[in-house]
Amino acid sequence: MLGEGILKGMAETAKNFAGSFFSAERLTTVEYPEQRIAPYEAARVFPFLVYDGGDWEAGLRCVACQICEKECPPKCIYIEKSKDKKPDALGKPQFYPARFDIDISVCMSCQICVEVCPFEAIKMDTEFELSTDDRFGGLLLDRKQLAKSNQYYHQIHSTEAARVDAHLAAEKAKSDAKARAATEAAAAKAATASSAKPEGAGD
Amino acid sequence: MQEISDQIFVLLRHWLVGFLPASWQPAAGVVLSVLVIVCLFPALFAFAVWMERKGLGRIQNRLGPNRVGPFGLLQPIADGIKSLTKEDIVPLSADAAVHFLAPVVQVVAVFLGFAVLPMGRNMVLADMDAGLLFYFAVGASTELSVFMAGWSSRNKYSLLGAMRAVAQMISYEVVLLMSSVAVVMITGSLSLSKIVEAQNHYTWGLPHWYIFTPWGLAGFVMFAIAATAETNRSPFDLPEGESELVAGYHTEYSGFKFALFFLAEYLAMFSISGLGATLFLGGWSAPFSFLGWVPSWIWFFSKLMLSIVVFIWMRGTLPRLRQDQLMNFAWKFVLPMCLLNLMVAALWRFLGDGWERWVFCSAILLAAYVGMGWKGMHRKHLGARSYRYAE
Repeated sequence: MLGEGILKGMAETAKNFAGSFFSAERLTTVEYPEQRIAPYEAARVFPFLVYDGGDWEAGLRCVACQICEKECPPKCIYIEKSKDKKPDALGKPQFYPARFDIDISVCMSCQICVEVCPFEAIKMDTEFELSTDDRFGGLLLDRKQLAKSNQYYHQIHSTEAARVDAHLAAEKAKSDAKARAATEAAAAKAATASSAKPEGAGD
Repeated sequence: MQEISDQIFVLLRHWLVGFLPASWQPAAGVVLSVLVIVCLFPALFAFAVWMERKGLGRIQNRLGPNRVGPFGLLQPIADGIKSLTKEDIVPLSADAAVHFLAPVVQVVAVFLGFAVLPMGRNMVLADMDAGLLFYFAVGASTELSVFMAGWSSRNKYSLLGAMRAVAQMISYEVVLLMSSVAVVMITGSLSLSKIVEAQNHYTWGLPHWYIFTPWGLAGFVMFAIAATAETNRSPFDLPEGESELVAGYHTEYSGFKFALFFLAEYLAMFSISGLGATLFLGGWSAPFSFLGWVPSWIWFFSKLMLSIVVFIWMRGTLPRLRQDQLMNFAWKFVLPMCLLNLMVAALWRFLGDGWERWVFCSAILLAAYVGMGWKGMHRKHLGARSYRYAE
């Protein structure tokens, strides 16, 4: 009959109205600043720089290779390479970023910088409460603001961080083994050279 | 005591006016009543907006406004401050004078309607003999302001919205009038206070409201449909259909002028609800004779707020109509039913006081409703939509 559908619809909305007062699964709203949902592990917002150890400036993994700067689609990364070198986590002397700025008002959270980084130095953060009253300076993060410890990385992305750590440890073991092999080879060479020397001298 | 609580506002006005010289008293009394109306209904508007946002939220399983004040009750104040401090933009090519006048004219026209509504026993600002006629005359001038707004903006969306609004309001104005004419036929008066008086007597404790007669019920339903369309409320909110027309005739309005349109929409809702309550729901009379001790103005305002709740409930339920559906519904269904209702009302008047008139009148209306409903719906293939290409 005419008008039946309207009455059915009105009953449905009345049920919704009354139900939202009584059943918690109907009213799914989370009242944000007071109530929060724990962020998902795969959540990503803007990149940050990982450092090892306690000193952010000394521990930065970044070697200012500028691959991320070149790959960044919206060109929001600005890097100035250092003139001098300092030892990295493996003890090898490396360049370091004298300046590393990310303009998060331009960044589109694509994660390409993370994908291309060969040093596991840049990762995605989950911090999203970044509003500021200074829209130029407040949204341009320098390397001090970007540097976050490896522990923090473990906190926000534990699975991924464990994988990265294992990878870095394997790299280090490999390079250590190579160094050891190199020193051994050098030592052996030196030994053969020194044992061969008298023969050569005898000639 | 009962008399005092019922007449408290009338006595208060009398007491206040008593401080003035006798020659000033009539004019001062009118000004005082106008001031009360001009303050009361915008306050009610603020509350209704809060109610609407909360109610719609709950209907959609949301919380609605809950930040400003307890339960978000101060939200209308925040909104008011916002719209007052916003920049007032007038398009360069707009007709500035008409663009400015449109919201003013609309609010004034809507406020004029309150002048003849009896809001309680002896509580009517201008007790005209032709109150209903006056109401419809000023009510019709809102169409003018809508068209002023749409045309002066020089924006195609505004103009389209205004065209739709005028087409819709004129079509439903006919229905609104026709459904009220039945009441006038039975009462024999155009005075709204006489119409309320005619409904304010009881048999076995039950009131003689017109909604409890076959022609009154049919008339009330059609009046409610036409009132919804007149006030441009969902499901008849085509003039401001956001998905098609940006915002309809008030697209080019910002700041306080927009707030005035918003205010006028709600005031129109209040005044048409008040009129519906007066015509069919017994105005300020109590629903049962033993509740007669409750002040009359409480009954008027509870009926008014109840219809606002129904307006909100409908808005939360029904999707917007299409333009052709809207017009077909007005001219092919509601208007013929209205004309039939007029004849049924006449039949009711002349069939005497027996049970026959109940049976005859109900049967005619029911048969017409079912028959026209069947005719309108048949071959419409209502049901789940099947798609030939898109899926």
